[in-house]
Amino acid sequence: MNPSTTKKLLLTLLAWGIAVIVFFPIFWMVVTGFKTEVQAIAPPTLIFDPTLAGYNAVIERADYLKFALNSIVISFGSTLLALLVAIPAAYSMAFLPTKRTRGTLLWMLSTKMLPPVGVLMPIYLLSRDLGLLDTRTGLIIIYMLMNLPIVVWMLYTFFKDVPKDILEAGRMDGARTFQEVVYLLLPLTLPGIASTGLLAVILSWNEAFWSLNLTTSDAAPLTTFIASFSSPEGLFWAKLSAASTLAIAPILIFGWLTQKQMVRGLTFGAVK
Amino acid sequence: MRFPLVLPLAGAATLASFAAQAETVTVATVNNDDMIVMQSLTEEFEKSHPDINLEWVVLEENVLRQRLTTDVATQGGQFDVMTVGTYEVPIWAEYGWLTPLDDLPKSYAKDDLLKPIRQALSYKDSLYALPFYGESSMLYYRKDLFEQAGISMPEQPTWQQVEEWASKLNDPENGVYGICLRGKPGWGENMAFVSTLVNTYGGRWFDENWKPTIDSPAWHEAISFYVELMNKYGPPGATSNGFNENLALFAGGKCGMWVDATSAAGKLYDAEQSQVADTVGFAPAPVAKTPKGANWLWAWSLGIPTSSDAKQAAKTFITWATSEEYVKLVGQKEGWTNIPPGTRQSTYENPNYQQAAPFADFVLNAIQTADPNDPSAKPVPYTGVQYVGIPEFQAIGTQVGQMIAAALAEQRSVDQALSAAQRAAERTMRQAGYYD
Amino acid sequence: MGTSMRERTSGRTVGGFRNLFLQGPAVTLLLLWMLIPLGMTIWFSFQRYNLMMPSVSGFAGWENYYYLVTDPALWTAMGNTLLLVGSVLAISVIGGTLLAVLFQQEFFGRGIARLLVIAPFFVMPTVSALIWQNMMMHPVYGVFAWLSKLLGLPVIDWFSAMPLTSIIIVVAWHWMPFALLILLTAIQSLDDDQVEAARMDGAGPIAIFWFITLPHLKRAISVVVMIEMIFLLTVFAEIFVTTSGGPGLASTNLAYFIYIRALLDFDVGAASAGGVIAIILANIVAIFLVRTVAKNLET
Repeated sequence: MNPSTTKKLLLTLLAWGIAVIVFFPIFWMVVTGFKTEVQAIAPPTLIFDPTLAGYNAVIERADYLKFALNSIVISFGSTLLALLVAIPAAYSMAFLPTKRTRGTLLWMLSTKMLPPVGVLMPIYLLSRDLGLLDTRTGLIIIYMLMNLPIVVWMLYTFFKDVPKDILEAGRMDGARTFQEVVYLLLPLTLPGIASTGLLAVILSWNEAFWSLNLTTSDAAPLTTFIASFSSPEGLFWAKLSAASTLAIAPILIFGWLTQKQMVRGLTFGAVK
Repeated sequence: MRFPLVLPLAGAATLASFAAQAETVTVATVNNDDMIVMQSLTEEFEKSHPDINLEWVVLEENVLRQRLTTDVATQGGQFDVMTVGTYEVPIWAEYGWLTPLDDLPKSYAKDDLLKPIRQALSYKDSLYALPFYGESSMLYYRKDLFEQAGISMPEQPTWQQVEEWASKLNDPENGVYGICLRGKPGWGENMAFVSTLVNTYGGRWFDENWKPTIDSPAWHEAISFYVELMNKYGPPGATSNGFNENLALFAGGKCGMWVDATSAAGKLYDAEQSQVADTVGFAPAPVAKTPKGANWLWAWSLGIPTSSDAKQAAKTFITWATSEEYVKLVGQKEGWTNIPPGTRQSTYENPNYQQAAPFADFVLNAIQTADPNDPSAKPVPYTGVQYVGIPEFQAIGTQVGQMIAAALAEQRSVDQALSAAQRAAERTMRQAGYYD
Repeated sequence: MGTSMRERTSGRTVGGFRNLFLQGPAVTLLLLWMLIPLGMTIWFSFQRYNLMMPSVSGFAGWENYYYLVTDPALWTAMGNTLLLVGSVLAISVIGGTLLAVLFQQEFFGRGIARLLVIAPFFVMPTVSALIWQNMMMHPVYGVFAWLSKLLGLPVIDWFSAMPLTSIIIVVAWHWMPFALLILLTAIQSLDDDQVEAARMDGAGPIAIFWFITLPHLKRAISVVVMIEMIFLLTVFAEIFVTTSGGPGLASTNLAYFIYIRALLDFDVGAASAGGVIAIILANIVAIFLVRTVAKNLET
């Protein structure tokens, strides 16, 4: 065997070894979802009779589809809204910079530093007064505000890397700002916008604090679904595993399918 | 000619308006087994009450409590039925956050409710929540292991005896630990048990002037005993073990003894959920210096917040869910060991239950001997056996629970832990304005 | 390059006005987001406002701040926060860089292996914490315990004996894939010719890594550090679901500290004061980090 094949084999072993170790907890969780409760706490084994009892119990008890639909609407809704607001802002910061630009950016980021626990009451009171408790609209607005700083900042760095000459050329041809943005800028930076959007979707999907506190039943997303399965009385690990698998499956698949896009997108942007 | 048409039209109109008036009752509850059963019987309820539609919010205890308190204190109006415990009810009733349940139907048989529990859910002689299930605490033990070691359980075990037995039963190499006790920090987790231990060693939470007495000799004795017992004869990782984890351990045959809620009896006795169903024995909770406060009193109950917009429908639901008929319904559908225990005298007089549950009398006795108004050898300004009925207790209990867990995990000495806990409690009481 | 844009006939005034219009919505929203909840938070922090004591109200002055700042636990919490943030940053950046180099190489099934190794980032923090606590690290039922027994090693009680370390492991497991993703991308844009030239000059793999790869990644690392820092400063769910900040205060960070000292008490005044203190701490850390990062971004 020539040295390069040996090297490749060794690399394969090493890389796969690490990948398996890192992925193992997720794998274990999915497997446990197919065990009975008693098996779930017995010494770890991969040999067992798979059963759907856990999944059945979970789906029977809670309306999975309602939660999943809420998660989808809220995550994508807030991301779209954030992008709509952020694109103009990032545009002006990248192409019409002033002395204040950097300060504004940093100030935006600093709004994310406030831990949600400290601001729970004011937000709850506000939501109550605006009639936004347990509504998807309420959560969409909160998540949009939460993600806006990061979305603006990432778009800013993508836009900054667009060669100015292309836009110049467009303007020479008589294009106005709006056309400039829609027909020139967006297509060029689409991968960057997509990856920013993906990141925002993932962050909204996994957000557990506001979703637990501001919803009850109508607008409750999957994070609430999980909360009802953690630590009840008696044995629950098989059910919890089943519920968790159901809760993360959509976003995991979505992330996997689009990670190529994300990686490609980031190449154009901040990480050149 | 018009007359015959009017009748069916009127009938249709009435039906339509009837259906249109289906009220939604949003119920918030803990994810305990008995509540899950209640949720699964939604269809039964909606069948017999077609004008009411139930929506469920099921959460873990700590999260639920935070959620509910936030809502009720800000009059958010998000829930129509709240699952609350004997801790919250008197406090919330005083603030006017819960609706008094005065005109209950005669068929509900209010006097059938066990007295200590009924009292714990009342404020100024009005009932503010209906008990869903009640519990006290007692000692579970493995009859087979006791027999092997030649021990026979007396009528009232003491903690000294328990320590002796634990040393005989402890066999970690074969996966059996002498005794399992709660260690997970939380005012409703480890502190529920630890409070009863402190009570029976003659201690209390606060003196008559509301000064915390966590640094007292009684506490030192009780906590040192607890830490030593658990480190010698308890399972590893005890500071992560709350009620659920210990239940799993005992049901899996890993504990020789366990002192905890009487509501676990049904599950331990059910062969489908427990590997030791045929050899579990019951005894009153162990005592040390005084029997007062050695076993606790708790009831998860259903209350209606004043901010609810469906009070009447909510009332219909909670009377249904806590009635004698409901108990019978669960007995028939899920088996008599799985009925919600500890609320009604009629349950304990039911021959089906007596036959299926040999622990019934123990539990009834335990509940009736727990007195939240007199939980300690010395006089106290508060009510509550395993908690203190003041709003600040959640924070204090949890902070103290953290310190006790630190002592159990041997990260601090008992002395350090207790003095830190004492200081934390004093600070909280001062901040709350009990004294300067 | 920017000057050619500004010197157009549109002139500076119009550019300024356009700025306002374009940035307007974002800035306005964020302004509202800052002013209203943040303003309320600052207002409440100076008030006596406890949900459980509706009769108590009035101006509290610095009382709430005093209550928190004189609490010895606050400093422990801040220390834990910095320890948590620092450790996870170190693990994810160093681990991410090394793994990025590894996964950049050619080997069998690279695509799938990459998918496996970035999966943890998509899992909900509460779920991952529960899995780690109950199925991996549990001293009686966990996989680690089973492995230890198999190998004859003593069983470690992770969450009791080393609570902060356990939390760090859980959080790092969640964030390292994120770092890996970004760093992997950056490495892919590394000029192969440069590397070839260096190798022809006799440079070994370590030298190549240190003098070529690493400087190239500087900007990517800055991005990772910025984003991660924002999220790591406010870690809450993992602690809430596993250790509840304990045993003692061993795994209490600033966010959790605010929770137990204020939120559990429903003391809105103190919780608000805690929020303000958290912002101040975060800003100090941010200014320090941003100075370094912003320099890299501008290059």
